[in-house]
Amino acid sequence: MATNYTLEFEKPILELEKKISEMRELSKNIDLGEQINELESKVELLRAEIYKNLTRWQRVQVARHPDRPYTLDYCANTFTDFVELHGDRAFGDDPAIVAGFAKLKDKSVAVIGHQKGRDTKSNIYRNFGMPNPEGYRKALRVLRLAEKFNKPVICLLDTPGAYPGIEAEDRGQAQAIAENLLVMSKLTVPIIIVVIGEGASGGALGIGIGDRILMLENAWYSVIAPESCSSILWRSWDFKEQAAESLRLTAPDLSSMGIVDHIVTEPVGGAHRSPQIMFESLSNLLYSEINKLSTLSLDELIAARRKKFYAMGVWNE
Amino acid sequence: MSWFLRKKQNIGDNIPREMPDGLFTQCPSCKTVIYKKQFEENLFTCHSCNHHFRITWEEYVDILFDQGTFVHTDTEVRSADPLNFVDTKAYTLRLNEAYQKSDFPDALTVGYGDIVGRHVSFACMNFGFIGGSMGSVVGEKFYRAGKRALTDKCPLIVISASGGARMQESALSLMQMAKTSAILGELADNGLPYISILTDPTTGGVSASFAMLGDVNIAEPKALIGFAGPRVIEQFIRKKLPEGFQRSESVLQHGFLDKVVHRKNLRQTIHTILQHLS
Repeated sequence: MATNYTLEFEKPILELEKKISEMRELSKNIDLGEQINELESKVELLRAEIYKNLTRWQRVQVARHPDRPYTLDYCANTFTDFVELHGDRAFGDDPAIVAGFAKLKDKSVAVIGHQKGRDTKSNIYRNFGMPNPEGYRKALRVLRLAEKFNKPVICLLDTPGAYPGIEAEDRGQAQAIAENLLVMSKLTVPIIIVVIGEGASGGALGIGIGDRILMLENAWYSVIAPESCSSILWRSWDFKEQAAESLRLTAPDLSSMGIVDHIVTEPVGGAHRSPQIMFESLSNLLYSEINKLSTLSLDELIAARRKKFYAMGVWNE
Repeated sequence: MSWFLRKKQNIGDNIPREMPDGLFTQCPSCKTVIYKKQFEENLFTCHSCNHHFRITWEEYVDILFDQGTFVHTDTEVRSADPLNFVDTKAYTLRLNEAYQKSDFPDALTVGYGDIVGRHVSFACMNFGFIGGSMGSVVGEKFYRAGKRALTDKCPLIVISASGGARMQESALSLMQMAKTSAILGELADNGLPYISILTDPTTGGVSASFAMLGDVNIAEPKALIGFAGPRVIEQFIRKKLPEGFQRSESVLQHGFLDKVVHRKNLRQTIHTILQHLS
């Protein structure tokens, strides 16, 4: 999974790590164990320091890290017995959204999520995680299956946006997303949303209505990607950092807006640095959230979900 | 999204009241000269090519409602600036400019009244207010219009015209797509009809939420209707878009509209549909 991809702000860490490996080479002849240990703990401190003070734009970059766990990684590790289901039964199968059933510890659940590729070939296959209408309709089909068989739903959000193409428009991108919003707002099983990477606009929200909205520490969620916002409001692509700041798109931001219920802590350095820890902590968290939601009656569940979204927004009167 | 910033206007802001007070005007589509009286008789459409000019919510109220029955509600709901959003200009400044430029209270006007003797809850978007963009105020007022339909057990009629969600309220704007769709779910549970009327333009977060969710979706002729705006698509796929792409007639052909209706027939069409649905 590792690509040795380094983010700009991680360069100081990389330099220290280089030094450590040089010393390792040397220590074949002389004992440098103590110095190496010292440098290693310095690296950890530095990483923790850097990650504690990330700007919003830097977080966007972490959310887009090519080694970051994607939906299928969670399917294989947070869950067991994943069975992927394909097709919207109307037009086709969209590889940018995966959906199916899996076990979360002892419970069967439906899992739906955006899926990116890791290299050029798989990214072309997955359309860079940008769904077409049939992706949202496949999700809808699995949502209805979950309702029919009374299984909770987990949705993992990670998309740069719904695909803006001629065919996507002709097949009703807007209608496909809209339909999901309505259906999810009243689906008769618990739904838990986790923003695991990029939550770009309607393309993310199209599988994003639920009873609980969790967000990974380094994920972003906004009405528009910072680059596009820059190009529209600043009329230039160069203001993405400012746009990211203005858009308030981090997990703490969304928590303070009353949108995100819980920020999921990532391992220091991002989910990709210790994916196993990420997989397990998410598994435990989801399990306890489902247990909590399962105590609600059906009427309470839907009423609370509606109330949650009705309360969103800030205005003067 | 922010059509209001564009120098090159591919989507104009040509509402009739801003037109010169002369005796005639020119159709921007076919260049035909239209006499003012004829123009008004045709409800601000071109008699020659059927071009529908953008009109205000007041004009839609005049066209649709029984005279004197419409009550404008929730007029004091105003946009806040919860994120202290600043781009090249502060959001609060943009809002003030928008208030000064128009009489609109925000990008959505709501109220109730009678259409051919039937009580309905009504919402109409104001494209002239920051491109009809949906922020917290639009979502909240839409929600209240939906609540009124539930309380009064009456149909909901909504006229859309929007570039999408309002960027300056970021994720809060995005969540209005959820809020508006959720209240429509309650209408559906209660068997109350919802007629969505899409006018030029209806794109982005508005088309991908309440505008596409009508029990019956009606559009005015040649309105731009889509998820991504045409400029975004063209930039993205680097191809010229086909003639008529994302226009009402094409959207009808692809199965996402029930009808394309001339403004003159809108009131009668709504009445006929509601006779069947309520």
